[in-house]
Amino acid sequence: MEWIVPFILTVITASTPLLLAATGELVTEKSGVLNLGVEGMMLVGAIAGFAVTASTGSAILGILAAVAAGTLISLIFAFLTLTLMANQVATGLALTIFGVGFSALVGSGFVGFAIEPLPALAIPGISAIPIVGPILFGQDFLVYLSIAVVIGVAWFLAKSRAGLVLKAVGDSHHSAHAIGYSVIKIRYLATMFGGAMAGLGGAYLSLSYTPMWAENMTAGRGWIALALVVFATWRPGRLVAGAYMFGLISVMQLHAQGAGIHVPSQFMSMLPYLATVIVLVIISSDRAKIRLNAPACIGQAFRAAQ
Amino acid sequence: MNASLVKRTLAAVAAVGALATGMGAAQAEDVKVGFVYVGPIGDHGWSYRHDIGRQAIEAELGDAASTSFVESVPEGADAERVIRQMAQTGHNLIFTTSFGYMNPTEKVAKQFPDVKFEHATGYKRADNLSTYAARFYEGRYVAGVIAGKMTKSNVVGYVGSFPIPEVVRGINSFMMGAWSVNPDVEVKIVWANTWYDPGKEGDAAKALIDQGADIMVQHTDSPAPLQVAENRGVLGFGQASDMIKFAPKAQLTAIVDNWDSYYVARAKAVADGTWESTDTWGGINTGMVEMAPYTNMPDDVKALAEETAAKISSGEFHPFTGPIYDQTGELRVAEGEVADDGMLLGMDWYIKGIDAELPK
Repeated sequence: MEWIVPFILTVITASTPLLLAATGELVTEKSGVLNLGVEGMMLVGAIAGFAVTASTGSAILGILAAVAAGTLISLIFAFLTLTLMANQVATGLALTIFGVGFSALVGSGFVGFAIEPLPALAIPGISAIPIVGPILFGQDFLVYLSIAVVIGVAWFLAKSRAGLVLKAVGDSHHSAHAIGYSVIKIRYLATMFGGAMAGLGGAYLSLSYTPMWAENMTAGRGWIALALVVFATWRPGRLVAGAYMFGLISVMQLHAQGAGIHVPSQFMSMLPYLATVIVLVIISSDRAKIRLNAPACIGQAFRAAQ
Repeated sequence: MNASLVKRTLAAVAAVGALATGMGAAQAEDVKVGFVYVGPIGDHGWSYRHDIGRQAIEAELGDAASTSFVESVPEGADAERVIRQMAQTGHNLIFTTSFGYMNPTEKVAKQFPDVKFEHATGYKRADNLSTYAARFYEGRYVAGVIAGKMTKSNVVGYVGSFPIPEVVRGINSFMMGAWSVNPDVEVKIVWANTWYDPGKEGDAAKALIDQGADIMVQHTDSPAPLQVAENRGVLGFGQASDMIKFAPKAQLTAIVDNWDSYYVARAKAVADGTWESTDTWGGINTGMVEMAPYTNMPDDVKALAEETAAKISSGEFHPFTGPIYDQTGELRVAEGEVADDGMLLGMDWYIKGIDAELPK
């Protein structure tokens, strides 16, 4: 059973980028904005983080750059959809396509660079405890950050006044506007948070998960993060469960193959997506439950009544 | 839709096309070479190496040649459009560098008999359509010999992309190399079902190392599996290009795709009018398959690897020399004979001794 610890470690690293990006998108969507550009924002974050780390040698600067880059690119989306009231679905798709190309352009000089991976935190003594030590106390700090952010977001949405305002904006922008809240400003902030977290998710890929830059290295993880938000019916707790389940299944299928378990590998590759669809169907069959959490105004442009 | 409008549009398109080909013919002494790539040139793998070859043409022929390329072209209808566009804009030599471009290339080649086409890894040829590929299995045999010598756990981890003959042939060749020096080696194979997903390729490598593999082999395009090997303190091989930068302590060697000399030769042949339709399957001897410097191994293993590569290059030894049995025990290549190219190209069976089931 000595493989169990590295197995769990691999699951955690496979889940973390999904969790980071999905948490940001959850907040964005809760404010009533549907940003389909997660994949593009992750890629821009990945190259920004990698480029700065490779140039300066500082992973901290790289992570900050990734957050800044993700935020900036989400501002393009926010400006187009919130200020100019462009269609959110089309703009989000365009943002992904833009992000793929833009990151490739910036990254063309960084192909083939190698950097040191993000160091794992090691607490002397505690990290050496068998099994529990390396799993709970031996990760790099982005893993802990991803969990901390989810807890923070859960608290923010459920308990804080600002979180309630954000949800109000997402559920009925006209009512929120009538009470005197600035719908556009709040949505700008929520979109920027989504961009920052997607950038962070991208940085996790290029700095820790596979410390390198390669074009399109997210390979669809941004889309999975989007699906996870719906899968979790906009609830942070379920988001963690969903992200880790996704990571678990995708890593498990690789282990099963290596162990010589004869299940068609194509079927195994399909499993995580199949699970998502099945859960979606189950959840959607209970319309009342979905309505409870889904932001009612999602994807709708807001124009203040004259 | 208005029929006359369609006709007029078609006529206009045809006129523009004729104009473009006319222009191309006028400058026939200059070689204009087009490349169609399946991936981004920044993949540091397959398409990247083809683009290095394109740059070699520019460097070698200088002003006598101009080149252009289109990257990330999906295999299918888009490819045909891109290839036709190239043929119409005066290119007189067009390389289409992925298996899936075979039918579109053949179709466009028929319509442009004056343009020379070269299709990588396919089998359809015409008077103006050549095919070319490289015998990467030769490099994999050398890698297998090194792995057999270097493994301590006797478990080799192999990250595959798709169970197609190219990859299956590589696994068989690798294992025959490994068993030639160490009959106790066992291989664990994980199919990533992708050519390119660094995260997933890396996870596959982690799974294999967790199950005892201390040598990592890959037939996917990103450096991720090798990088995982580096971080976990095991050894491995680079794929398509020299990946030593990603794994200075782990890379034993890399099987490098080197299209430079072939591309330069073909461009020169068009320039001096000696181009002919050919079928090229080049190995170590042609330079198409290149071994990156042997690193992280003792001198005797290095000497053995060099000797093996030299024997394959000179033709003294063929990796697929019989007797070769498949998993069911059937004799596929008799004692003293070598597998013919037809068998190699269509290989869809594992050799005896590989304890895994080939996905269908």
